[in-house]
Amino acid sequence: MSLRTSPIHDLAMRRAELAPERAFQAVGILAIVLPLLLLLWLFGGALVDAWPRLGWDFLTGFPSRKAEIAGILPALAGSAWLMALTALIAIPLGLGAALYLEEYARPSRLTALIELNIGTLAGVPSILYGLLGLEIFVRVVGMGRSVLAGACTLALLLLPMVIITSREALRTVPQSLREASFALGADRWQTLRRIVLPMCLPGVLTGVILSLARAIGETAPLITIGALTYVAFLPDSVHSAFTALPIQIFNWTSRPQAAFHVNAAAGIVVLIALMLLLNGAAIWLRARLQRRVYW
Amino acid sequence: MSRESTGTGSNGGGSSDPVSTHDSRLSTLDSLNAPRALSERVIAAVLFACGMVSIFTTLGIVVVLVKESAGFFSEVSLGQFLGDTQWTPLFTDKHFGIWPLLAGTLLTTAIAVAVALPLGLLAAIYLAEFAPERARKVLKPTLEVLAGIPTVVYGYFALVYITPLLQKFVPGLAGFNALGPGIVMGVMILPVIASLSEDAIYAVPASLREAAYALGAGRLRTVFRVVLPSAFSGIGAAVILGVSRAIGETMIVAIAAGQQARLTADPRSPIETMTAYIVQISLGDTPTGTLEYRTIFAVGLALFLLTLALNAVAFRLRRRVLKGGAL
Repeated sequence: MSLRTSPIHDLAMRRAELAPERAFQAVGILAIVLPLLLLLWLFGGALVDAWPRLGWDFLTGFPSRKAEIAGILPALAGSAWLMALTALIAIPLGLGAALYLEEYARPSRLTALIELNIGTLAGVPSILYGLLGLEIFVRVVGMGRSVLAGACTLALLLLPMVIITSREALRTVPQSLREASFALGADRWQTLRRIVLPMCLPGVLTGVILSLARAIGETAPLITIGALTYVAFLPDSVHSAFTALPIQIFNWTSRPQAAFHVNAAAGIVVLIALMLLLNGAAIWLRARLQRRVYW
Repeated sequence: MSRESTGTGSNGGGSSDPVSTHDSRLSTLDSLNAPRALSERVIAAVLFACGMVSIFTTLGIVVVLVKESAGFFSEVSLGQFLGDTQWTPLFTDKHFGIWPLLAGTLLTTAIAVAVALPLGLLAAIYLAEFAPERARKVLKPTLEVLAGIPTVVYGYFALVYITPLLQKFVPGLAGFNALGPGIVMGVMILPVIASLSEDAIYAVPASLREAAYALGAGRLRTVFRVVLPSAFSGIGAAVILGVSRAIGETMIVAIAAGQQARLTADPRSPIETMTAYIVQISLGDTPTGTLEYRTIFAVGLALFLLTLALNAVAFRLRRRVLKGGAL
């Protein structure tokens, strides 16, 4: 029984009209609202600082030693390349792992180990993925400090989150539909491909987009694998050197001149706007998913 | 529509609830659809390989850190690493004592927890015990926003807004310091502590509260004397996970805490954390294969072991909560 519906709780609530309890409630609300207000104030400050720099020139310009004419085009292009490649790598791997764990794996020590390991990986600091990427992708595999190496690193970083959300999406497909498909003579892969995957796809995509919204702000692993901080060209292949929006923000922030801090603020506004856009897309997809009923 | 679904469900060999018994492992039809064709086996193998990628990722991290650290420890003794109190691998007079970096990490983490623990716990108690259901549904995800902000953005806030603000109140506060980034990090880990503590508090059985009310205790007394002690394991796990997050946090401290590895407990002075050191070396042009280059893997290994140990403790505490062992 839920505590909230309990009549005894109501009774306790009624006799609870006491000053200390009200004061405590007010403190509790403050503990939630104050940090949010602080964040709002910080964003307000960044937006005000960034306002004069925000414009078409900033979005389409190249970095420069003069803060007033510097732009973020290479950083935007680098982030776009990174996100597209990361999604291309993380979706099949994550969905494959989720399909294995949900549809194929039988309970065994190995399955339990994989599940435990996914939880462990989710707690590894992101900069350690950077060290992994530096050694494996940049050096051993020989990708160099390329946008591909960056995407591989970010894909591994996102994998736990993609697997977890994909498994949740797979679980929403009713077992009865699988059994109906089996009864019609389909084998397991046919059932997955024709019935299960189409139905869980919006859920999987929602999870992937939310993961990408997190990845687009990731800075530390990209610095570790050697993303450049000053790039005056656009990436033209997966082997190009690259920079990314958060790296550009970091670079401008670490300069002493206040004019570059203004650029960093403008970069932050663009980055947050992109994140909001991705989150909005995920929410829209989820809403569509909830409206669509197959069974 | 719903009648159809119940009909199909009951045909399916005893699966009365189509959602919760989706698991193919439990289905009686499972053996009928065991892989027969070769293509089925190939697909199963490919999917299995995808599942193994996560295992290989962990192995890869361990192997990379251990291998490069082994190169480091062949030149620098473990005694020096754990005994020396100076960290100066880039100077001519080289010292390789991890303590200054560890002290920097622990200092910023302690400040973050000092901010996030009281706020997070108060928020959790309010949400679980006092907030109306509708407010709870709105406030909890809103609080999560704090954890979703990119850390490079938090770093900018710490350096450009928070530190100058603090300098008005704190005499002797340097432009790079542990205090500003520590406070901002506290805001970042607040949702971790609040959300997981709230789960733990919410999970305390109603009967315990009712027993306390029946004994004449007020709500506050009940919360502090009965509910919080019962939820102690879960709250402990929440705090430990918050600490682990703060220790691994990189960009806030790399931007706003400075790059001076020094053994100090003074939050006003510039310090360097383990993560910030890795960033510092990565940004520089240290050639690969040198001792200086290998230091980042030795520091990374220390970081890995530290966070792994904390996460393992938190995992055990949480499992105890889920099993009801906390009571």
